[in-house]
Order: sequence, then C-alpha cells, then structure tokens
Amino acid sequence: MKALSEMFNIIYRNKPAFVGFIILLFFVLMATIGPVLVPLDMSAHPEEMFQPPSLKHILGTDYAGRDIFAEIIHGSRSVLAVGALASLISVSISVLMGILSGFMGGTTDWILMRITDIFLTIPSLPLLVVLAAFIRIGNSLIMALILSLTSWPGLARAIRSQTLSLREREFIEAAKVSGLNSFHIVFSELLPNMASYIAISAIFAITQAVYAQVGLFFLGLAPFTSINWGVMLNFAVSQAGALYSSRSVSYLLAPIVCISLLQISSILFVRALEEVFNPRLRT
Amino acid sequence: MTWILKRVVTSIFMIWLVTTIIFFLIRLMPGNPMDYMLMQLISMRSMSVEEATRLVQSYFGFNPNEPLSVQYINYFKGLLSGNLGQSILFPGTPVGQLLGQSVPWTAFIVGVSLLISFMLGISLGTSIAYARGTRLDNILSLLGSITNSIPNYIVAILLVYILGGLLHLFPMRGAYGTDVTPGFNLRFILNVLYHGILPIASYVITSFGGWMLSMKGSTTSVLGEDYIMAAKAKGIPARKIKSSYVRRNAILPLFTNLTLSIGFMLGGALFIETTFSYPGVGYYLSTSVSGRDYPLMQGCFLLITVAVILANLVTDLTYSRLDPRIKVR
Repeated sequence: MKALSEMFNIIYRNKPAFVGFIILLFFVLMATIGPVLVPLDMSAHPEEMFQPPSLKHILGTDYAGRDIFAEIIHGSRSVLAVGALASLISVSISVLMGILSGFMGGTTDWILMRITDIFLTIPSLPLLVVLAAFIRIGNSLIMALILSLTSWPGLARAIRSQTLSLREREFIEAAKVSGLNSFHIVFSELLPNMASYIAISAIFAITQAVYAQVGLFFLGLAPFTSINWGVMLNFAVSQAGALYSSRSVSYLLAPIVCISLLQISSILFVRALEEVFNPRLRT
Repeated sequence: MTWILKRVVTSIFMIWLVTTIIFFLIRLMPGNPMDYMLMQLISMRSMSVEEATRLVQSYFGFNPNEPLSVQYINYFKGLLSGNLGQSILFPGTPVGQLLGQSVPWTAFIVGVSLLISFMLGISLGTSIAYARGTRLDNILSLLGSITNSIPNYIVAILLVYILGGLLHLFPMRGAYGTDVTPGFNLRFILNVLYHGILPIASYVITSFGGWMLSMKGSTTSVLGEDYIMAAKAKGIPARKIKSSYVRRNAILPLFTNLTLSIGFMLGGALFIETTFSYPGVGYYLSTSVSGRDYPLMQGCFLLITVAVILANLVTDLTYSRLDPRIKVR
C-alpha cells in the first residue's frame, strides 16, 4: 500500500511520467469502450474517397471512403490485445524458466540455460518473419504466441540471477529450515520479492510486442485478420500511395501518431515505475 | 585457451542447430513448401512427376524423393559448398549470388549506423552524466527516451514521406540512382552516400538514445567508485580522469550490449530496408517471405543468424581481453 501511494506520488511529480500515464489510460479506454461507442463501417463508399478531416469524418476518409477515426479506434483493440497477450505469455515463460533454473540448479539449470542461450542468440525478428511464413496466423492468440516465442529469453536470464541471489538470503533459508515445501517458497517468498521487477518487465514486453506486431503487419508479412494500426500503415503505403500524394496524409499520419504515442507513453511511464521500485536510479 | 575452443564449438553447434531446424521446417512440416511446390507444378502446370522433381531439386538443392537422411546430407553438402539453391522470385539466379550482392549494402548501412549511434551515445552520455540534474541532462534524457521508444520503421516512413515525398530533398528508394554506373568512381560513391543518408538516419535517430542512457548510468556508477576518489586525491587532472579512468571503465558494460544490438539492428534491417526498397539482406528476406520464395528465405535467415552468432563470438572473445577482471567461466 505504501509503495502504491509512493508510486502515485512519484508519477504525479514526474511530469513526463504523468503525461505518459494519462495517454496510456486514454489508449486503454479507446481499446475497451471505444469500439462500443464508435461503429465501424468497413464497406466501401467510392463517393467519399480521400475526404479531408471534417465534422462528419474527424480524421477524414481513406482510399475506400471509410472513416479513418473509426478504423483507428477499432484498430487499437487488436494492437493492445496482442501486445498484452504476448507480454503475458512471454513473461510467464520467462518466470517459469528463470525460477525453475535458479531454484533447481544442477542439470536442470544447465539444460534450461542452454535452451535460453539458443533463443537469445537467434535474431528474433527474422525468426518471427520466417515463422510467419510457415504458420497461418489466423487470430490474435496465434500472433501473440509467435511473438512471445522469441521474446522470453532475456527476462528468463534476469529472473534466474535474481532467484539465485534471493535463494541465499536469510528469509529463504528460514523458510527451508522450517520445513516449508518448495512450492510455498516459490509462490509466497520468491515471487512477491520479484513482483515489481516482473511488472516493469511486462510493460517493456508489451512495447516490444507492439513494435514487432505492427512492423509485421506494416510489411504485410502476417495476413490481415482484422483492422489494426499496422494494417492501416500497410494500406496507406501500398494501396493509397500515401508516400507520394498529399491527399491521404491523415490516413498515413493517424496510425503513425497513435503507435508513437503509445510507445512513448509506455516507456515514460515504465521508467518512472523503475524509479519507484529501484531507488538506486534516483539521482 | 580451452575457453576459446569451447566458445567456438558452441557457435558451430548453434549454426548446425539452426540449419537443421530450417531443413526440417522446409522438409517435414505438414504441407511443407517442397511438397506444395511439387504438387503445384504437377497439377497446375501439368508437368510429369520426374520433370517437377528435377525442377524442385534445382530450386532447393536436394532431391525430394531420396531417403530423408540422404536429403539431409546433400542439403549440408550444398550449404558447405555455398550452394543455397535457386531463387524462385528471381528465376535463374542462385540464392548465393543474391546474398553476395545484398550483404555489402546491409553491412554498409548497419555498420555506419551502429558506429554513429554508438559514438554519439557515448559522448552525449558522458556529458550528461557529468551534468546530472541540470536542464541539459533533463532535456537530453527525455529526448533519448522518446526517440528510443519510437519504432524505427515509423521514423523511416516519416523521413521518406517528409524529406523524400514532400520536399524532394532525398531519394525515396534504392541504393543508388539509375543515372550512375556502379564502380569505383566518385560520382557513384557520392550517390551511394546520398541514398544511404535516410536509412542511416532512421537507425541513428531510434538507437542513439539507448546508448546515451546506458552510458549515463554506467558513467554515474563509475564516478562513485573508490578508485576515482583515489585518482582525484592523487591530484590527477580532471580531464585525464575523465578520459582514461571514467570513460574506459564506463564503456565496458556497453560493450556486451553491442552483441545484442547487432542482432537487433540486423532484424531492424527487415523494416528499414523494405521501407526504402534498399537492396540488402533484410529487403530480400521480407520480399522472399511475401513471395513465398523459400530457398531465398532460408538463405537470408541463415546468413543473418550466422552473422549474429559470429558477432557474438567475436564480442565474447574481445571482451575478456578488454576486461581481464572478467574471469572466464
């Protein structure tokens, strides 16, 4: 509780973090209740192609006469859903591998760390693209699974070394001596001590998943199942020729601004969190 | 010595593992590209089975009808002799030749970008570590956080759109113009540099911030060390302390990041080279994936992976020389 109030205090005092937090909140609202409020009409309206922003279409219309504002709102849902899902899966794998490795030690540790090394060395984006060529990405869950397959090893290593150092502390020794089983030690003693670190890493993992996911959609390397900011970027460049003409400037800029704002606000927010939980960073 | 040997063996093992995984993806997955292509050639282009098999063999470099173990051995024989099969999208061109043409472009862009952002980050990071808490530090740190969090392809699109499409200051695509003849002449070199500016800028803008912030953190912690205090007490001039005590020690932890960074930048080449249609390995990788050119895709992926593994090896080997305190595992 004390950490929570301290957190709000620091975020409130740190202007960039505060702005980041507000923007992040705005995007979460956009993704959750936005689609309910703003209906999306994906049918083509040739008579309304490339309209400039107006009262009827706040951000104008795209190459097929569809409302860009509605597309942005509905696109946020898949971007955030895949990001959160990928982060959840990837952080879970990291925690599992890291704690198992650090806690068991010996051969288990050796084998798990060699697997981690292999995944850490193979460049993740090219691997992602190659996997996308072999696996049909039909929905957000598969996309999230593929993204998390390549993003867990760094955190797994960090968690392992934290486990190793925590294992030597007195309170873990005490728990062992008093005969508590390993299950209890991991869940009631180890994990709570790493909770803040894991939470911070989870937000970092979301930004990574958003980067990779939007990039893949932008290049058209993952098939389009739903409207998504990356898909909009791809269409703006490939279908609407936005790079060469100024008539679809809002179709190009809208997803660019949203992706950048989402990434910037997440990073500003998470850096403030780091400051709260890692007082050594305070200068 | 045994440690070096161990690292080299591990690297070779990794390369073997990745190539094997690729082989099984191409050969064993249900609906794998080889079977798919065979079926397509037979049914769509009404080829005879022998004809289709021969064509597929020329693309992939091994015969799909032989026992799997023989195929596997032939696949490795091909790789070792540099035969990576034939490209499907660029008919009649061996994959090896395409890769050979693309490697210099990627090496140029990624190398120059890495060098510039590393140097820029190091010098800015040192400066703001010395000016902690000042306005300069606050502004630069915020700027570094922001530019570092914007995806590199977003910056690439914006640069292409604003400086290329709107203002016509820079070329929007390619590695050199159609009006110059490739070769060792000044006109060509200037043209290549001109075309390289935007891709390099996309990398530098999005990555110098990370180096700067790590260097700031690293320098700050070195400044608190006892040996800096001792050096000051001995009366060594501040400039000398900065250059030969602080900076040298502060750079060390960043050196290990270099490895991760090379992998990340080669991955980013996928986005940046594709945005600029820059004919490097990343461009060919994304082209081959969208065009389902499996031999070319395999070649690009293997090349990038081997490059990253070798970069890892080199950093590891040099790092233990740079910092003798690191006791070899």
